[in-house]
Amino acid sequence: MSVEAWTYLLVGITFALYIYIGYASRVRETAGFYVAGRGVPAIANGAATAADWMSAASFISMAGLISSMGYDGAVYLMGWTGGYVLLALLLAPYLRKYGKYTVPDFIGDRYYSHAARAVAAIATIFISLTYVAGQMRGVGIVFSRFLQVDIATGVIIGVAVVAFFAVLGGMKGITWTQVAQYTVLIIAYLIPAIAIANVLTGNPIPQLAFTFSDLVSRLNQIQVDLGFTEYTKPFQGKPMIDILAITLALMVGTAGLPHVIIRFYTVPDVRSARYSAGWALLFIALLYTTAPALAAFARYNLITTLNGKTLEEVRQIDWVAKWEKTKLLAFVDKDGDGKITIAPGRAFVLKGGKPDFNTPDEKSRNEVYIDNDIIVLSTPEVARLAPWVIALVAAGGLAAALSTAAGLLLAMSSALSHDIYYRIFRPNATEAQRLLAGRIVILLAVILAGYFGINPPGFVAQVVAFAFGLAASSLFPVILLGIFDRRMNKEGAIAGMLVGLIFTAVMIGMMRAPQIFGAPAPVIKDLFGISAEGVGVVGMILNFIVAYLVSRATPPPPQEIQKLVDEIRVPKGAGAASEH
Amino acid sequence: MDGTKLEEYWKKNVGLIRNLLIVWALVSYVFGILLVEPLNGIRLGGLPLGFWFAQQGSIYVFVILIFYYAWRMDQLDREYHVHE
Repeated sequence: MSVEAWTYLLVGITFALYIYIGYASRVRETAGFYVAGRGVPAIANGAATAADWMSAASFISMAGLISSMGYDGAVYLMGWTGGYVLLALLLAPYLRKYGKYTVPDFIGDRYYSHAARAVAAIATIFISLTYVAGQMRGVGIVFSRFLQVDIATGVIIGVAVVAFFAVLGGMKGITWTQVAQYTVLIIAYLIPAIAIANVLTGNPIPQLAFTFSDLVSRLNQIQVDLGFTEYTKPFQGKPMIDILAITLALMVGTAGLPHVIIRFYTVPDVRSARYSAGWALLFIALLYTTAPALAAFARYNLITTLNGKTLEEVRQIDWVAKWEKTKLLAFVDKDGDGKITIAPGRAFVLKGGKPDFNTPDEKSRNEVYIDNDIIVLSTPEVARLAPWVIALVAAGGLAAALSTAAGLLLAMSSALSHDIYYRIFRPNATEAQRLLAGRIVILLAVILAGYFGINPPGFVAQVVAFAFGLAASSLFPVILLGIFDRRMNKEGAIAGMLVGLIFTAVMIGMMRAPQIFGAPAPVIKDLFGISAEGVGVVGMILNFIVAYLVSRATPPPPQEIQKLVDEIRVPKGAGAASEH
Repeated sequence: MDGTKLEEYWKKNVGLIRNLLIVWALVSYVFGILLVEPLNGIRLGGLPLGFWFAQQGSIYVFVILIFYYAWRMDQLDREYHVHE
């Protein structure tokens, strides 16, 4: 069977599975819709959280990004895993004890204020919306790369599938499809990685092959010979302070992302919340410790396969010919010697962030353009795996994109239908009305996400920094203080959130002015060396300081709120509380 | 549970969190970033040690930290009779 036939078959089977699971877990009450009835076992919630967390970008692009960044790629590896330690130790157990459905729920109740609830709900919607558009786009891209379907059709198919299980099953449907999606995506990621580790080093375990073979030493030597710096040499693209700030911003941002936090409302008790954070990170770590190994293997393989060879020679290799056709790989013979030279710098001039294949960049001797996505996409072919493995990678990429999209859509629609509609405007709404509102809003959100997937606003890809920066500078500090500082009051929390939010938004806006507003140049390049990706950390620190000062200058929170804080600090009673 | 017992339970919990977060910061920010260059002078298998912490080791330690915390809190919850 051809790769294409296998791809249709595997994508078809997995989609049918997701739809079946969605149908089997359809719900009739709001607790099922928003928190899966709080009946999800710790290990299943761990797998669901891992799928929720790992997006199309983690699956398809991260290894390639690390491959081109070398050491500096560690910001993503540490940043997108270390946040789970903060979640497990500082937030998840207490939020689970508190119960309820959403992040704004906690913030609104703890700070006895609809203003705080509204700010948190708006932050939740904004964070999730910037993130979800990219996911729907990811679905379209996977379809177009593997099945030659155009991106819009791919997005529409993705929208239809997500809409089915999210509208019908809410959090319950999403949870169990995410468990299935995690299984698909991790198998799809590991099989090619194991195969290429075995081919290049003779050791099939990527993490061990990466650490204990001499492959990275050889890669370092090759890089130096070609005029690059060593692959493992730190701070080549970013200064140390920026690496520190970005890592911390991604960690804290992860812990403050609403779609991740709400997953911990679905487990039966506080103990399960702690363990499921551990399972989640273990499942995530399987991919995140494999990615840097894959990055180094693929870089080694690409350089040794291409450098110094003639164009006719390399074009006889199947995967080179295939990916050259899709423009993920491109050659230009600048010196006219008929041979390929790999060197630092760009092969082609960038135009609007994309390489312009008609204009070679004469400042560099480099003759090869390698798209980051090729690292993961080409691995099965490089390792000469069967066609069904290539098809599995397509199914895995779709699983990663759909699972993350579903989680984000639920976070966004619960902020709107639960926090804003029910808690603020219609506290007398019946159970049936609330459930209907939830379903309508999630359907609208899916359609909106699909629209943005087909017509991506130019800035979306550029401002993922926004999602993390805003989560780090607004939600994380006030949730943390709400648990650990009994004296924190609504004045402090609202002032802190607003300062953190506004500061970070303004900073990112100024640093990314060309991408967001189309300005000719950034208003400021960085803040003491900290770039847009890391500036949320400064916003977070300001949030903490302002919240502390304002709360100490204003009256303490009412007695019953201080009692609530004491209550969420002990695990006992979480199961009973969820009955209400 | 009375107030002083609760305070005691909470203090022990916060102490444990503090210790684990010190380890968390040590493996990532100190070994993986601040001291990465001197540590790269040492090798672990085929990798420089600082690089290993940044791209592998810190992640393993994060996983262990969470399970250790969950396990220690099981004991603490039982000791203070606040478990479910």
